[in-house]
Amino acid sequence: MSTVTEAAEPASKVDLGTQGGGSGEIQSFDVTLKVRRYLPETSEESYWDEWTVTMYGTDRVLDALHKVKWEIDGTLSFRRSCAHGICGSDAMRINGRNRLACKTLLKDLDLSKPILVEPIKGLPVEKDLIVDMDPFFQSYREIMPFLINKGPEPTKERLQSQEDRARYDDTTKCILCAACTSSCPVFWTDGQYFGPAAIVNAHRFIFDSRDDAGDLRLEVLNDKEGVWRCRTTFNCSEACPRGIQVTKAIAEVKQAVLNRTF
Amino acid sequence: MSIATTAQAPAKSGRGTLYRGNEGMWSWVGHRITGVVIFFFLLVHVLDTALVRVSPEAYDAVIGTYQNPVMAVGEVGLVAAIVFHAFNGLRIILVDFWKGGTKYHKQMLWAVLILWVVTIAAFSIRHLSLAFGGH
Repeated sequence: MSTVTEAAEPASKVDLGTQGGGSGEIQSFDVTLKVRRYLPETSEESYWDEWTVTMYGTDRVLDALHKVKWEIDGTLSFRRSCAHGICGSDAMRINGRNRLACKTLLKDLDLSKPILVEPIKGLPVEKDLIVDMDPFFQSYREIMPFLINKGPEPTKERLQSQEDRARYDDTTKCILCAACTSSCPVFWTDGQYFGPAAIVNAHRFIFDSRDDAGDLRLEVLNDKEGVWRCRTTFNCSEACPRGIQVTKAIAEVKQAVLNRTF
Repeated sequence: MSIATTAQAPAKSGRGTLYRGNEGMWSWVGHRITGVVIFFFLLVHVLDTALVRVSPEAYDAVIGTYQNPVMAVGEVGLVAAIVFHAFNGLRIILVDFWKGGTKYHKQMLWAVLILWVVTIAAFSIRHLSLAFGGH
């Protein structure tokens, strides 16, 4: 290290804020977590379990669940994989609304009351916050979520204009977390309903100019349990962690079915 | 990381919470409830109207029992249900068939509620003054 005074660093391009970094300066607070638990090995009944943990302003609901699982009660069960809002594993009902635990900051919630965490509705609960996703993925499979093109396979990529790509851009964002489908009052009472997620993923291919099987998918969805079950409650649009306009996509598929029929 | 305190007293009782949906969900709930109310009214209405085939006197006797204050208030409730169902039904049609419907569904719900309040206020004044204020 030289004793010569170094030239001053250029000003940072990133606004660091006046508070600076240091974890010690991040506010901490006590959070009461109330989790709807179901342990099929011990009881048929589900019940509320409650813990109070000290968390920081940068923590999410998932961090609070981790703290409980890792430090207090290892039997607490929930799904999570990437923990950064991409894999779609940790959809759960937080304070009565479907959210990803990894995208819900504790500081955005009302901490004067316990944070209520429940499994998503309409799918059979297997343990605590883990539900059986099979019915959800079965509907997803039925709409054929893959490109079907009857033409000869090109030697290069299948080109598409920017306008054609933009047509279905919104529905490409789906991460299959089931927050939309399990927020739908119709799906809660009628498990046969395809549900918003399957329709969103059908929309993604129906409106793709490179895909030739739009009619096939519209036929699948022009069913008693297809798009016509949608009652436009908009719960799905509100629940989607990716901000997909789900009800709008369903409305567009409804229109497509009608335009095809006549 | 700090030490966490545990409240290890699992509250065995208590059910899950109600899903906290927004405007769209509650308008749907209202639409369902008013729909069922209207269905039961129509059931009774078809029956009492059919009485005229039995005898006009029987019809008059049944309709006469409706002329009391309790029924007058009940009729305001019935009209409130029908008017909400009608206006919200138009909103649902617009959500399904108008391109901008899904974008403006909340604004349309407020419009429905304003129209509903105005209509019911006007109807209540007219109807209740006839029912209670003599003729």
